[in-house]
Amino acid sequence: MEKSRSLCSWGQYLLSCLGFAVGLGNIWRFPYLCQTHGGGAFLIPYLIALVLEGIPVFYIELAIGQCLRRGSIGVWTAVSPYLGLGCLTVSFLVSLYYNTVLSWVLWYLLNSFQDPLPWSSCPLDINRTGAFEAECQASSTVSYFWYRQTLNITADISDNGSIQWRLLACLAASWAVVYLCVIRGIETTGKAIYFTALFPYLVLTIFLIRGLTLPGAVRGLIYLFTPNVQTLRNPRVWLDAATQIFFSLSLAFGGHIAFASYNPPRNNCEKDAVTVALVNSLTSLYASIAVFSVLGFKAANDHGNLLRLLNAFDLPDQSISRDDYAAVLAHLNATQPESVARLPLEVCQLEDFLDKSASGTGLAFVVFTEAVLHMPGAPGWAVLFFGMLFTLGLSSMFGNLEGIITPLLDLGVLRRSVPKEVLTGLVCLLCFLSATCFALQSGSYWLQVFDSYAAPLNLIIFAFFEVVGIAYVYGMPRFSDDIACMTGRRPGLYWRVTWKVVSPLLLLTIFVAYIAVLAWTPLSYRAWDPQYVGPLGATGSHFGPALATCVLLCFLPALWVPAVALVQQLAKRRQKQDTWQDGCPKLQEGGAS
Amino acid sequence: MLCLLFFLVTAVGAELCQPDAENAFKVRLSIRTALGDKAYAWDTNEEYLFKAMVAFSMRKVPNRETTEISHVLLCNVTQRVSFWFVVTDPSKNHTLPAVEIQSAIRMNRNRINSAFFLNDQTLEFLKIPSTLAPPTDPTMPIWMIIFSVIFCIVIVAVMLLIFSGIRQRRRKSKGPSEVDDTEDKCENMITIENGIPCDPLDTKGGHINDVFMTEDERLTPL
Repeated sequence: MEKSRSLCSWGQYLLSCLGFAVGLGNIWRFPYLCQTHGGGAFLIPYLIALVLEGIPVFYIELAIGQCLRRGSIGVWTAVSPYLGLGCLTVSFLVSLYYNTVLSWVLWYLLNSFQDPLPWSSCPLDINRTGAFEAECQASSTVSYFWYRQTLNITADISDNGSIQWRLLACLAASWAVVYLCVIRGIETTGKAIYFTALFPYLVLTIFLIRGLTLPGAVRGLIYLFTPNVQTLRNPRVWLDAATQIFFSLSLAFGGHIAFASYNPPRNNCEKDAVTVALVNSLTSLYASIAVFSVLGFKAANDHGNLLRLLNAFDLPDQSISRDDYAAVLAHLNATQPESVARLPLEVCQLEDFLDKSASGTGLAFVVFTEAVLHMPGAPGWAVLFFGMLFTLGLSSMFGNLEGIITPLLDLGVLRRSVPKEVLTGLVCLLCFLSATCFALQSGSYWLQVFDSYAAPLNLIIFAFFEVVGIAYVYGMPRFSDDIACMTGRRPGLYWRVTWKVVSPLLLLTIFVAYIAVLAWTPLSYRAWDPQYVGPLGATGSHFGPALATCVLLCFLPALWVPAVALVQQLAKRRQKQDTWQDGCPKLQEGGAS
Repeated sequence: MLCLLFFLVTAVGAELCQPDAENAFKVRLSIRTALGDKAYAWDTNEEYLFKAMVAFSMRKVPNRETTEISHVLLCNVTQRVSFWFVVTDPSKNHTLPAVEIQSAIRMNRNRINSAFFLNDQTLEFLKIPSTLAPPTDPTMPIWMIIFSVIFCIVIVAVMLLIFSGIRQRRRKSKGPSEVDDTEDKCENMITIENGIPCDPLDTKGGHINDVFMTEDERLTPL
């Protein structure tokens, strides 16, 4: 079935792939990894992983999609079966929780249009006696706003609580926005992508310029990029680099295959693959500079300890600067140790603070929101920041949904007379209804489970089978011919070596390492404990009843592989029986097995 | 004699005003934090103003209209700037109860703050909590307003797209000759390329071999 519409603009296609690859992980996962794994030294394993694993697998996806001009199911049915449905399921699961994160971002965005920002102060307690809410005072205003006023979170994953209507409304709104952009498939997505892919870059630049002019920013950047080559000896660093590249490029979802299938067959997908992968990595670097300059400013602004010292010892106002703090504290400790011991001093070092800065939702909704509070014109910055996060996530959602819709179109689930709007509407509605479980009070914990266990393993399995399927089952000579047809020359030695040997090996290593990590560390998630006093107020817990769901999520998409194989074997056997019964030999079905 | 009396008075005064004495309050100012470069130095004149403001606050309390500046005693002034103060009665023998002073200061907190260009956070009366403004609960939270606006826009846009799609399909079903321009462009691109059309992975199951098709046409049905 030929595509009746095409992304005839090369710019739209490139932006779509770029928007899909550049997502929330570039903003809140890469800076954290970079900083915990030795700063500038982390770039070494990151670049190696990009060259050996990221770009080759990405190129395969684009090439196969462009040549076969189908979504993931059609592609894998032609080359080596069974994978397409698995990719579809993974895309579906990821869409569910990804859009939930977007709904949280939307909630924060809606709340940013007021001065003062609602997370800047604690609400009064119920009796309005003049004291603030105890939970808020024990943690911090931003944590309270996130955990209580937004999520209204319970203490345990098994305690489901009630549906949060505000979150449900935001979820409905974000699915409505996604539907609006995906309503006619690539036709509407191609128009929306111009805004959603380019707006984040604009905002990042604004934040970069503003962040670099803030006091304390340079210290944050120096801390981020100071290379610590010793950390490279830890194998965990290499594992994290490889997985980060993999998920950052959004491989094995089927989304890139779908986008490439809308290309004219004579497009140079090699150039596209290298371009998009490089721009994605550069965006991660760019974002980490912007993020860390703001974090450095926030750390420099934190002077609770200084105030305590000044008040306790009646020293002149603002007489201790941040740099003098250590010396003054030592002096006081020597002269009046008992008084110093009585003070509730927190550890007050820039590095320690930056180490506590989290990744993921912790970074965006707790740390960064607090940093924004201190910037002059806070509501404007909050609007910009959450607007950027929303558009970033939206462009990734397009890829996810294309990974669902295009295979369904190829499968021919609905009759051709039914318009595309109905299919996309049904998909969005189904996703929205399935995602309502995340609007429960324990929804955030379920999201952590999904994020940690559902996607990673399956994607690695599928990517491994992708590369092996193309390199060995389909055959490298045939694939080289196709590429020569499309781009005008055969793939060079680098591509052939990485496809045949390096990438499968790397993926296998990552898979084994992941299983090992899973087996070693007990299954856990981070819970919110109101009694715990800390910057993020989170503790780890184990969960028992939800273990079954976790295991199911882990392997459900991967189960498609043997399941479909079994079904096809049974169908073939029944067909053979039919032909014997008929007595007339029929033409063998070509290509599909 | 007079010297002795003077010493006695100051001694009594010193006893009345001591850190953690009964009915004494500690005050802490953060002038440089509040004013930055425009900070003024804290000297005895500023202390006089402070005493005057406290006396003014006490005079507003019924039964205490006769409070004088000399009734307000300051002590233990530090570099921070912080000090303790008490308010004595006209006999200067004992201090006024803390509750009265507390309520008087709370009533006039704004006037005291503005006299020194400070606010509740930079002019702290420890143990005297500030009166908080009543919470402004708008009838409709702001986020709901913006949410409704966005949601309405999205719904309208979706409806427009759906209706335009229906209209397009109706027009297409009426006039089948109307070919899509974009489709044409893409088709042209392929032919203009002038190469072998790239379709090696044709996976239509059950190939229709052209040779056989022409043969079929030749054979006329009986």
